[in-house]
Amino acid sequence: MLALFENPRLRGGIHAEEHKAETSGVPIALDMPLPKKLYIPVQQHVGKPAEPLVKVGEKVLKGQLLAYSQGTISAPVHAPSSGEIADVMDFPAPHPSALPIRTIIIETDGLDQWQPLKAPDDPFALPAEEICALVGAAGVVGLGGAVFPSAVKLDLGRKNKIHTLLINAGECEPYLTCDDRLMQERAGEIVTGIRLMLRGMNAPEATVGIEDNKPEAFIAMREACAEFANINVVQVPTRYPMGWDRQMLRYLTGREIPADGRATDIGVVIHNVATAHAVYRAVCLNQPLITRVVTVSGSAVAKPQNVEVLIGTLMSEVLDFCAADKSRVARLIMGGPMMGDALPISEVPVVKACNGILALSEQDIEIPEVKPCIRCSTCVTACPVGLLPLEMASRIRANQLDAAVDLGLKDCINCGSCSYVCPSNIPLVHYFKFASGELYKRQQMDHKSEQTKRLIDDRNQRMERIRLEQEAEARRVMEARAARAKEQELAKQKAQQAQQAQQSISEADNKAAVEEVR
Amino acid sequence: MYILSAIVILTALGLFLGLSLGIAAKYLRVESDPLIEKVEALMPGSQCGQCGFPGCRPAAEAVVSGSAPVTLCPPGGTSLVEQLAKLLGVDVDLSQAKDAEPMVARVSEDTCTGCTRCFKVCPTDAIVGAAKQIHAVVADACIGCEKCVNVCPTECLQMHPIEVTLRDWRWPKPMAAA
Repeated sequence: MLALFENPRLRGGIHAEEHKAETSGVPIALDMPLPKKLYIPVQQHVGKPAEPLVKVGEKVLKGQLLAYSQGTISAPVHAPSSGEIADVMDFPAPHPSALPIRTIIIETDGLDQWQPLKAPDDPFALPAEEICALVGAAGVVGLGGAVFPSAVKLDLGRKNKIHTLLINAGECEPYLTCDDRLMQERAGEIVTGIRLMLRGMNAPEATVGIEDNKPEAFIAMREACAEFANINVVQVPTRYPMGWDRQMLRYLTGREIPADGRATDIGVVIHNVATAHAVYRAVCLNQPLITRVVTVSGSAVAKPQNVEVLIGTLMSEVLDFCAADKSRVARLIMGGPMMGDALPISEVPVVKACNGILALSEQDIEIPEVKPCIRCSTCVTACPVGLLPLEMASRIRANQLDAAVDLGLKDCINCGSCSYVCPSNIPLVHYFKFASGELYKRQQMDHKSEQTKRLIDDRNQRMERIRLEQEAEARRVMEARAARAKEQELAKQKAQQAQQAQQSISEADNKAAVEEVR
Repeated sequence: MYILSAIVILTALGLFLGLSLGIAAKYLRVESDPLIEKVEALMPGSQCGQCGFPGCRPAAEAVVSGSAPVTLCPPGGTSLVEQLAKLLGVDVDLSQAKDAEPMVARVSEDTCTGCTRCFKVCPTDAIVGAAKQIHAVVADACIGCEKCVNVCPTECLQMHPIEVTLRDWRWPKPMAAA
């Protein structure tokens, strides 16, 4: 009954303990000491990895290009500080598996010397294409966590004639306050970034959606936007996952993106608020994306705060800076507690996607006993996409992945709402992640078997061709031999004939001689 | 009246069809070895063909006739080998058995003599090299058929499990009571 009175534009979602107060009132720390070594993975974005163009032993300046973007969907990476390239090697990635990824290691020289920056006099005089190119060259990617190359999205927006740029400042994950602090402290720069994005996409207006648990950020942003009538700042209710772009779009416009469509299909492009700030730096200051604001929090951290960290800094050093008690850390998470990744080790670098480092102690986490599903359908109510998590999980448990796909597995955003509310503590999202991975594996296996068939076919054809060629060669040799034999035969015959003729001539001569003698 | 006729007709129809099916099942039955049925039921049934037979039933026939070993099915893994061995009364050494893991061949560069025998037998052209040059296996194209391993005179070709990289790491299946 209560559901009838809820806002019809909000579907599903949960309200978890926020834990934001620890960090939302503390200014962003800018005084993190320069690390001795920086570890910069060549892939920190969706798409193809960047290709390194520096050599070991080479000196680099802060902001210098280290690896260039490959292909349309890719992004370059830059040196976060000046120093020498110590190595290009495989290094553990900030990923639940901590498997290695190709990483450029810089030994910093402590000078932190910028490469010459060519900041434009009036960035708003630049043509739209130029703005997008600058954003792309600066390696700006979606900083909300999806890390999709921003320039590609801007280009897409320009080509699809969009009417609204939606700036996602929901920051719905518990603990995280990096966007909140950024808006409180650098609202003016963010607004410049938003205006540049509008110009880059030739879009008329922008809407900034901020969850109503961030009143200071809302006020700061509204003040910064006061003189720009085309930028709207609105509050949205605090309800996880409000920061999911489709949820926010649905709430603000009442329209829904089709399941297999994009936001551009309904004339909207969505960017994260931190991305807008990175765009400001990329275009107005000509600075590539080499730092980001990271929330460091959790009960094992003595000084929870937001820190502006150089990309490539080891998480263990960031934790040390925030006085984390390593012996109390029971779980280390990159990102928020709902969708973040638990990391097995802290010696992994901060990357562009890393919006939070949470060091949780025993008291924060519990590993509850998993009980059978009682089909209470609480997860169905909580699902923001409108799926049936319990049904999907039961199919996956029985390895009926196709049935799970029919139920909408591919639309699942892994937000974790269902797992959060499940009274039986079933790891529902784990099932969905497993199934998605398994489906991908199957797809790859299908691809491989197709490739194998093709390879075997090619080989058989080649073998057949070689056989035919050999046969033809053998035939040619045989024919040549036969022809030579025939020739010899002919020559022999001729020789015989000639001999006979000679004989007859000589006989005749003899006869004639004899006659003459007579 | 209509109801009565419907009941009569449907009952008659049901009896007739049931009877004819019963007779057909008895007299038109296809004879088959019940053991093959049992073995086939144990197999994964994905007709993957990894055993070299066109499907699970031909594989089951081969196992029962003794022309194929009970270890023929890679996807079935150790549990299937165990069940088959029990069913057929065969002794099988399970201590060495391990569940099928996709494997690829790899050349050990120290012992390769460049004899070219391996790439002549490779069905997918996954081995590259030339005479008296060290050969290499293109892992993406290798299907793990082990043909090259058998012809290598120096045993420099060995099967290795495929290395998991960041790109193809996947979440394991949750172990849950639910």
